[in-house]
Amino acid sequence: MATKTNGNGNGKGKIAESVSNVMTEKVHGGQVWSSIFRPGSVFRKGYSDSPRNRAYTVMNSVLYHLHPVKVKRHAVKVSYTLCLGGVSFFLFILLTVTGIFLMFVYRPTAANAYQDIQALQTQVAFGLLVRNLHRWGAHLMTFTVFLHMARVFYHGAYKPPREFNWVVGVILLVLTLMLAFTGYLLPWDQLALWAVTVGTNMIGFTPVFGDQVRFILLGSNEIGPNTLLRWYTLHVLMFPFILVIFLAIHFWRVRKDGGISGPL
Amino acid sequence: MVDIPEHLLKRSKDAKGKAGGAADAPADAPEPEEAAGAAEASEADAPAAAESSGIPAHLLARSKAARSKGGDEGDDAGGATKAATATKTPPAKAAPAAKPAAAGAGPARTQRLLAVVKAGSIQTTKKDPVDKVNVWPHLLVEEFVALLLVTAFLMVFSVLLSAPLQDQANPNLTPNPSKAPWYFLGLQELLTMFHPMVAGVTIPGIGIFALLAVPYIDRNPATKPSERKFAIAIFTFFLIYWSVLVMFGVFFRGPGFNFVWPWADGIFFDF
Ligand code: HEM
Repeated sequence: MATKTNGNGNGKGKIAESVSNVMTEKVHGGQVWSSIFRPGSVFRKGYSDSPRNRAYTVMNSVLYHLHPVKVKRHAVKVSYTLCLGGVSFFLFILLTVTGIFLMFVYRPTAANAYQDIQALQTQVAFGLLVRNLHRWGAHLMTFTVFLHMARVFYHGAYKPPREFNWVVGVILLVLTLMLAFTGYLLPWDQLALWAVTVGTNMIGFTPVFGDQVRFILLGSNEIGPNTLLRWYTLHVLMFPFILVIFLAIHFWRVRKDGGISGPL
Repeated sequence: MVDIPEHLLKRSKDAKGKAGGAADAPADAPEPEEAAGAAEASEADAPAAAESSGIPAHLLARSKAARSKGGDEGDDAGGATKAATATKTPPAKAAPAAKPAAAGAGPARTQRLLAVVKAGSIQTTKKDPVDKVNVWPHLLVEEFVALLLVTAFLMVFSVLLSAPLQDQANPNLTPNPSKAPWYFLGLQELLTMFHPMVAGVTIPGIGIFALLAVPYIDRNPATKPSERKFAIAIFTFFLIYWSVLVMFGVFFRGPGFNFVWPWADGIFFDF
């Protein structure tokens, strides 16, 4: 490899060539590089498309090894899952990333929240775009989770041995709705305040302890500054935390229950 | 007669050859019991024979105790282990494998039948081969494309359409109408029909509980749509019912949450 020339006769090719040689031999083949990329990584020197490397690619990557090395042939048909579970998961990640950016600007107090959103939209670079991504992404995720549930139902994919994963799924659905709803209050505009008012008024009608539950959730008898702080904490910390735990169980069970159900 | 796989036949024949010792080992067709390999626990009948068989004394004592209890220790395993009761069996009848020993010169041996395993359960240890493909590249490429498409879609959508931001929250100014987020609009719609406790607590409570219980209510193992028409019909019914409620709340409710025609009066809704 090192002695090959490009044959065009000028020195430029040679320089480029020796640079590329240094790249392959010293960097690409060096200890630092190969300590970062584990065997099977496409970034490793000498990666080739072999069954062994295909397996390694999945096994040796912390992200990819959510998957098994192989799946049933029909499981990769987009027409079966419609990618809805995967898209829901991706949207959750996207919401986490955009949400973290929003947190750099947003303060969950009645005095600041609304102004912070306004500032975000008008003074922060890409602030409006990030807010839009977060908002539309949230609506879309709620929708894809619904659709995912429907596709699982129509495939009868909740039947043994997958009963419990359906239950985990329903918990995920409720958590997704709670995340969406707590986030809805945070812009602290009229839309947020009154949508949440309508939603939480119903809680007060729970028999026996309805008023207490409502008080705990709102932090007072009516929606106010306490509610904002409480729902902010629920929205950015508690619900995502619980959701991630149940997501882990959900994915783990998909594998333990023998991969995707079907074919029909 | 049960079908016994070749390799098991061979194994039992070898075992018999060993056990037979001096006796002329007849190669008669083995019984399923032996093929199951469960009748291997042999024990000496008399203490005198204990030394020659090399079985520790405490095990002998234990087996003797078990034998004296006889068959009244019923087997609770049931099913496939119908012969699992530890019963004292005369050496000659113990199991066919013992035949040569009894006939031969060696010490009398007793075979104890521990279990009879159905042929199927030992023959199907291997899973049926499944047609599989590598996750890399087949699945990962698809996921990556899906990810790009969703990102592209959201980007375009977010550039074209901005999230709503109305006036600052004012507890003293109730907008008319006040609507819940779309995923709760169905509940708000129910509120117009029922007492708030029914619409806001009872119905959603039953709904979530019913969803949780779906796999335990629907005991029909079929997954083919044609074999589960009822389940599909009922789920579709609720799905449509719910969608109609939400659509109705989004498009057909105006001031005072009263009915409006969206094309005549406009849409009173924000995402
Ligand atoms: C945050 C929400 C959720 C995420 C991110 C998620 C993710 C996933 C993923 C990635 C899969 C693999 C197959 C596929 O993509 O369809 C899956 C399968 C499954 N999900 Fe979900 N899910 C969620 C909510 C739900 C809900 C609400 C239910 C049902 C009530 C549910 C029930 C199931 C079941 C039973 C399977 C196995 C399906 C099969 O084997 O065909 N999940 N989920």
